[in-house]
Amino acid sequence: MRNTVRGALVAVALVLAPAAALAAGGEHIHYDRQQWSFGGFSGQYDKAQLQRGFQVYKEVCANCHGMKRLSFRNLVQPGGPEFPAEAVKALAAGWSNKIVDGPNDEGKMFERAPLLSDPILGPFKNENEARYANNGAYPLDLSLVAKARTIEPTAPWYTHIFLMLRDIATGYQEAGPDYLYGLLTGYVDPPKGFQLADGMNYNSHFPGHQIAMAPPLAKDNFIKYQDGTGSLEQNAKDVSAFLAWAADPSLNARKRIGWQVMLYLIVTTLLLYLAKRRIWARVAH
Amino acid sequence: MSNHVSTYKPQSNIAKWFDERLPIMRLVHDSFVDFPTPRNLNYLWTFGGILTFCLVAQLVSGIVLAMHYQPSAADAFNSIERIRRDVNYGWMIRNFHAVGASMFFIAVYIHIFRGLYYGSYKAPREILWILGVFIFLAMMATAFMGYALPWGQMSFWGVTVITNLFSSLDSVIPGVGTAIVTWLWGGYSVSGTTLNRFFSLHYLLPFVITGLVILHVWALHVVGQNNPTGLDLRLKSDSVPMAPYAVMKDAVGMFAFLILFAWFVFFLPDYLGHADNYTEANPLVTPPHIVPEWYFLPFYAILRAIPDKLGGVIAMFGAIVVLLFIPWLDTSRVRSTKYRPIYKWFFWLFAFSCLALGYLGAKPADGVYVFWARVFTFYYFAHFLLVMPIVGLIETPKQLPRSITEDVLGPGGGIPEGAAAAPEKR
Repeated sequence: MRNTVRGALVAVALVLAPAAALAAGGEHIHYDRQQWSFGGFSGQYDKAQLQRGFQVYKEVCANCHGMKRLSFRNLVQPGGPEFPAEAVKALAAGWSNKIVDGPNDEGKMFERAPLLSDPILGPFKNENEARYANNGAYPLDLSLVAKARTIEPTAPWYTHIFLMLRDIATGYQEAGPDYLYGLLTGYVDPPKGFQLADGMNYNSHFPGHQIAMAPPLAKDNFIKYQDGTGSLEQNAKDVSAFLAWAADPSLNARKRIGWQVMLYLIVTTLLLYLAKRRIWARVAH
Repeated sequence: MSNHVSTYKPQSNIAKWFDERLPIMRLVHDSFVDFPTPRNLNYLWTFGGILTFCLVAQLVSGIVLAMHYQPSAADAFNSIERIRRDVNYGWMIRNFHAVGASMFFIAVYIHIFRGLYYGSYKAPREILWILGVFIFLAMMATAFMGYALPWGQMSFWGVTVITNLFSSLDSVIPGVGTAIVTWLWGGYSVSGTTLNRFFSLHYLLPFVITGLVILHVWALHVVGQNNPTGLDLRLKSDSVPMAPYAVMKDAVGMFAFLILFAWFVFFLPDYLGHADNYTEANPLVTPPHIVPEWYFLPFYAILRAIPDKLGGVIAMFGAIVVLLFIPWLDTSRVRSTKYRPIYKWFFWLFAFSCLALGYLGAKPADGVYVFWARVFTFYYFAHFLLVMPIVGLIETPKQLPRSITEDVLGPGGGIPEGAAAAPEKR
């Protein structure tokens, strides 16, 4: 049923989309909405997916990007990847990006391996170093990227109200991961005649299509998981889910408590309404 | 109401002793228990109570947030993230406060449009209405400064754009606008100093709102509530005591509203905000679209519809100031739009214009969007300055019922006076 509705909506959108793009004057990039385990008003994170996503982050993204708002201890906490504490301790101890601590007894700053309570840092000490190492581009911190990115509807303006109501009714908050997935799978050959600036890469899902980040994953270059599976799409989806968790680590508790609150409110509203009817039955109104 | 005789009877010697010295229980009893409420109020009248809840909820959640928040350019964004991640149930308090602002505005807009439709601004409720406009203004100032506090990109650039509007005064007296902007910023650009003073004022203004709300409720209890017929309370059977009748209905309305509230708090906490505000403020990077919060969009559309900067600022503030004068701009003899066959159409056209301006405020200011923003801006002002005075004079209202009781019970229902009804005695 849900798929039928979705299919119908997609069909309508496909028919009407060109008109919208013309009306708006600028280029609208279309992002496909993915199925996320944590999507909608009832979804929860898939622990195994977050663990796979972390593996992709660690082996690919972490070469340039830090996640300073996330501590190693968060990887252990409920509602996340829930790695065993011992494994994360070992992971932190071996993390190549050290913590600058101090001053020590001699008044000197020193480097040490991170503890569970320390943030997950990237390889660069500051923005200047990062830009210097990356041809002037800045690999941003990924802690909040899934919340800081969104997708605009590509539908015509007169359908916006219905899209809005649908998103409110279904609890759609996954625009960020949808964008990230589109971006990570969007490295394709540039169309003929496209002028690519020096050191830039073509990406069909990046606004302006020129992105400094080299393709982190490719069709023939992806991370293999422990069970031997893996693909570009699977990697992209898992790491997007991991980043969604990093930006919103309380989602599981939020939705669980949310339903308890909703249940309480609905029952109380009903009881109050019945009481109100009873009281007002004494007067014609 | 002012001519209502107090029915409070102290139940104990202590209550009697207290009543002779500070009759606060008498005040509560006469204002919220035995207060005569029109018997025909619909659910739109529950929004006064809902708004009181919103105010208290924002105060309580805001005071808790202020215990964890750091109002400095270096720490503001980080402290919000700590609230989201590390404070116990911080995510819930923060969502509640952020979503609460939007819910407050949803409720206040319904409340304002209810007042417009049923003529609640007309004599003798002019002061009540004007106090409401001041509350609305104070709410907008509070919300604007509150949105600055997370110190994200949209916070920073929203503050920059809106405070910069005052520089348009330079075209009246050179230098004055710039001086005002410098004074507002506490420097020559939006900085941590600006954030610091906005935090101070954001904490102050809700208490100003509370004071205005007390005056608003006081004025309401002097003149009494309006009702869907717009008629005054004349017969005893026109009203029911506030408790339990109106109180019970308010409770139903409030809990139904809380369902919507909770839906956003728990399932769509970021839906009403902007993704850009999850990027820390950066004075060197301007976001592609600087858009205010949804509740400011109609006014933002009016601002951008006028080609002249100063003119736009005047129109934007004028759009609120004009509300102060509508008790005298509306020349109709009857209050309720229910009985106004011509004005009814204009009312809905006005409501549509406000929604359309809201949509256009979110769109880029070019091409066809600007054209329509001008059309609807014109109608926004024409509605108050032309339609209200003229339609009131030329329109023949429908036959009004003789009393609220007759409206509820049908012809002859309320006659003879007070005989059939007196429901509270049944």
